[in-house]
Amino acid sequence: MSTSRTTRTILPGFGLTMGYTVLYLSLVVLIPLGALVLKSGSLGWHGFWAAAWNPRVIASYELTFFTSFVSALINAFFGLIVAWTLVRYTLPGKSFIDAVIDLPFALPTAVSGIALTAVYAQNGWFGRYLEPLGIRVAFTPLGIIVALTFIGLPFVVRTLQPAIEEIDRETEEAAASLGANRWQTFWRVILPTILPALLTGFALSFARALGEYGSVVFISGNMPMKTEITSLLIITKLEQYDYAGATAIATMMLVASFVLLFAINLLQWWNGRKFRGAV
Amino acid sequence: MSVGGSSLAGIQPNASLVGDDITGRLKRATDESKLVKGLLIGTSLGFLTLVLFVPLVAIFAEALRKGIGVFLASFTNHAALSAIWLTVLTSAICVPLNVVFGLASAWAITKFQFRGKSALITLIDLPFAVSPVISGLIFVLLFGMQGLLGPWLRGHDIQIIFAAPGIVLATLFVTFPFVARELIPLMQEQGTDEELAAVSLGASGWQTFWRVTLPNVKWALLYGVILCNARAMGEFGAVSVVSGHIRGQTNTLPLHVEILYNEYNFAAAFAVASLLALLAILTLAAKTVVEWRVRREYAQALEPTGAEE
Repeated sequence: MSTSRTTRTILPGFGLTMGYTVLYLSLVVLIPLGALVLKSGSLGWHGFWAAAWNPRVIASYELTFFTSFVSALINAFFGLIVAWTLVRYTLPGKSFIDAVIDLPFALPTAVSGIALTAVYAQNGWFGRYLEPLGIRVAFTPLGIIVALTFIGLPFVVRTLQPAIEEIDRETEEAAASLGANRWQTFWRVILPTILPALLTGFALSFARALGEYGSVVFISGNMPMKTEITSLLIITKLEQYDYAGATAIATMMLVASFVLLFAINLLQWWNGRKFRGAV
Repeated sequence: MSVGGSSLAGIQPNASLVGDDITGRLKRATDESKLVKGLLIGTSLGFLTLVLFVPLVAIFAEALRKGIGVFLASFTNHAALSAIWLTVLTSAICVPLNVVFGLASAWAITKFQFRGKSALITLIDLPFAVSPVISGLIFVLLFGMQGLLGPWLRGHDIQIIFAAPGIVLATLFVTFPFVARELIPLMQEQGTDEELAAVSLGASGWQTFWRVTLPNVKWALLYGVILCNARAMGEFGAVSVVSGHIRGQTNTLPLHVEILYNEYNFAAAFAVASLLALLAILTLAAKTVVEWRVRREYAQALEPTGAEE
């Protein structure tokens, strides 16, 4: 890292690799994304707003943001406990549990979707016991929250684990020897230290939830105005060949996720960690 | 890591009389009580069971519910076989392309200094910020019937959307950053010293790449390939938008699962899903094994320079 690279390097291949990088990036990513921007621009101000801001679409935004937010909160809470348990305690099968945390990354979302539906549907593994209690999970916003919690969990755990590992145990000891009890130590010493990581994990989980599609559509029931998430609405518009509508809604979502991405980058910068981050 | 011992060791000789008391108090304040510990572990395991373990088990249980005969029959029909074929084909195209891109971009970014480097890295990560459905939509807007290139494509009788090329393109987009983002940080850490040494000893660029750079990053590369392949085979949202859902033609495995499920053919849907779940489990196992190799590559990258920052 310490080599000063102010001088011209003798390594070959810059032109070739840089040229290929820019070409491939343009063909696969930039030009297709440009198509969205172009199409969006061609709608005109009124056309755009009519498509992106009407009752059915707004209902989907509200639902998507609400369920994403709640699931990210659930993940922040339980993810912290899971990460803490995995870092600080010894338990049998820990490395197995640790590996399974990444399951939501590895499992195709459609598979997650039907698995969660099998478990939480009215006649499902758990659903049949919840139903008599008056709790309906599948085909309600609660089902969407369950699916988004599943999808978002690894983001929180994987962001928190290194942060908890890096806590300086001596600070905890210092707090203790100054008379703090465990709860005070956690609240005043540990939590402030890992707060940036916790917020980053929360934001990553929230961002992922906003755009999620596969794991949600099977469990949500997809009723317009009630359980129709924005991603699904985009597909519905496409199936009706309403390209303008799909584009306008997609642009809104894309802007939202870019804003979030920017916030996450700020958080990660605050976190001081350069290279770690959930996949 | 005998944490706690280090600082206590300093105190104890002076305070041998109250040593036990201090140790006890410190222990109480740096470790949770048995009750709290048990509660936290219980909550963790309970939560993971509800959210992760039971759904995973449910896939296999539902797949085998109607017996092994039905399970096996779910794979031996034309629709399933062609879905497997298209999935493998898509991955076989996307993974090598993204490997070449990952290596090329990592070489350009980490071995040279130029302006706009961090902007380029941000652009490479861009597909991660785009949701699956939008990743599919952009290709429809480009190549679909009403798309920008739609009329031209129709004139030349080329079909991309609702056909295999669309599926490959959408998959290429969503898996785009996987290899590059594993290689770039590692190669950044490794610097250029070894390559410079090789070149000044007379090695050509290719020789340097094959004999010096590639062996140094092989585990990180493999890690990227594993993640890229898992996503390529499992992508659902993006592929769903560009696929015509034509059975036996434009269905990948995840789409096949959806169709079977929507037809209430649950046993077959879960059978096919269990194949994908098995792939996911293999991915996790491979990932776990390769992960510590990657960490060693990082450790070696830091070693020769000695000083950090």
